[in-house]
Amino acid sequence: MATTTRGFSGRRRERHDDRLPPGQYDVGDAFPVLSAGPTPRADLTTWDLTVQGQVDHVARWNWVEFAALPHEDITADLHCVTSWSKFDTRWHGVSLDTLLDGLATGGDFVTAFSDGGYTTNIPLADLRGRRAWAVDSYAGAPLEPVHGGPVRLLVPHLYLWKSAKWLRGITVTASDELGFWERFGYHPYGDPWREQRYARA
Amino acid sequence: MTWSHAVVRAVCPKSRTAVRLVLAAEGWLGHLAGQHVDVRLTAEDGYTAWRSYSVASAPEQQLVSLVVQRVEVGEVSPYLTQDVQRGRPGDPRTRRRALRLEGGIWRDGAAGGSGVVPFLSMLEHHRLSHSSAEVRLLYGLRSPDAAIGAAGLRRAGPRVRMTCVHSRQAPRDRDSATGRLDAAVLHAHVMGPASAPQMFVCRPTGFVESVADLLVGLGHAPASINTERLGDAA
Repeated sequence: MATTTRGFSGRRRERHDDRLPPGQYDVGDAFPVLSAGPTPRADLTTWDLTVQGQVDHVARWNWVEFAALPHEDITADLHCVTSWSKFDTRWHGVSLDTLLDGLATGGDFVTAFSDGGYTTNIPLADLRGRRAWAVDSYAGAPLEPVHGGPVRLLVPHLYLWKSAKWLRGITVTASDELGFWERFGYHPYGDPWREQRYARA
Repeated sequence: MTWSHAVVRAVCPKSRTAVRLVLAAEGWLGHLAGQHVDVRLTAEDGYTAWRSYSVASAPEQQLVSLVVQRVEVGEVSPYLTQDVQRGRPGDPRTRRRALRLEGGIWRDGAAGGSGVVPFLSMLEHHRLSHSSAEVRLLYGLRSPDAAIGAAGLRRAGPRVRMTCVHSRQAPRDRDSATGRLDAAVLHAHVMGPASAPQMFVCRPTGFVESVADLLVGLGHAPASINTERLGDAA
């Protein structure tokens, strides 16, 4: 049913229109913070990052080891399911290709897990091919806890809830196991260009 | 999830910049106390914009109420707080204005408007469902006239204790305190960790960060603290 809202014309923004997925708006310089609990404060002397599950061996890096991995600069547009998008964000971090290098995986899916208990599910293929990073700096500065520091996942081609804050590792799984928001009804994949916000009822 | 068509039944000013919109939504499947909805506006040429707003009404109430705070540089909130109310309440021009609503997801940190709005819904639900749960509400305010929904909150039942903490000036009554919302204030007015209460902390982000950290410091389990951080939806 195509119903219009009387008297509403909107404030369209011409800039970035071709980079704005359907239903999104440009939030500009703001960087909204959304998370469901208190911000975890990591102790870097005990922090580590793990790749586990359906893998031939568990890989683990402590903070010093992670910092020594090859890092790269990433510029990405972010698309949050709550409808804001943010353009040209600058990050620095380790490609998931680097973390998965040398591991034989026996499953096609991944559950990313975080301090505070957050999880999210992503197909393993989406973490490969320089499309996903474990980032530890934002806009030239160490990543603040409120935005997911010390390390968050960055998967910019999916809605931002997939880019888990306070990342502590990934578990490779044989089947697609729903994460925190996905169990509440968010879409299992979350492609902003196909507007996959919610799972079909 | 699908959109339902909603009609504005009433518009009530709640503060200088906030209004309460009372909506009749067709085929509405209901909501949970504290939940938010997505409101989508569609222009004549098909252009759409949508934002999330907390529901202020209880699940027991037939009409859905939202409290929308105006963000001057915004796109949706200026319409909802100004343009939508050009007709008087009851005027057919107002009633014909069509919004679109979508059910949101419990405790997502996405909703716009004042942080107290989800609590209006939760406390009304507490009252209408005759709940025996003990509730403490701590309401941080810049000044008494900034309060949204204070009258409704004071109607809450005997199992609800509300304290307003005013950062600048407070009225002289036993339910008000002045000063920063620090560990001592939380210790005095919030249930302790021994009774393992469920905690809900809402907006804005800086406030949530500081209060959630203080609650963890007081010994509350992080998993018992639910937060909703984002500020105003523009």
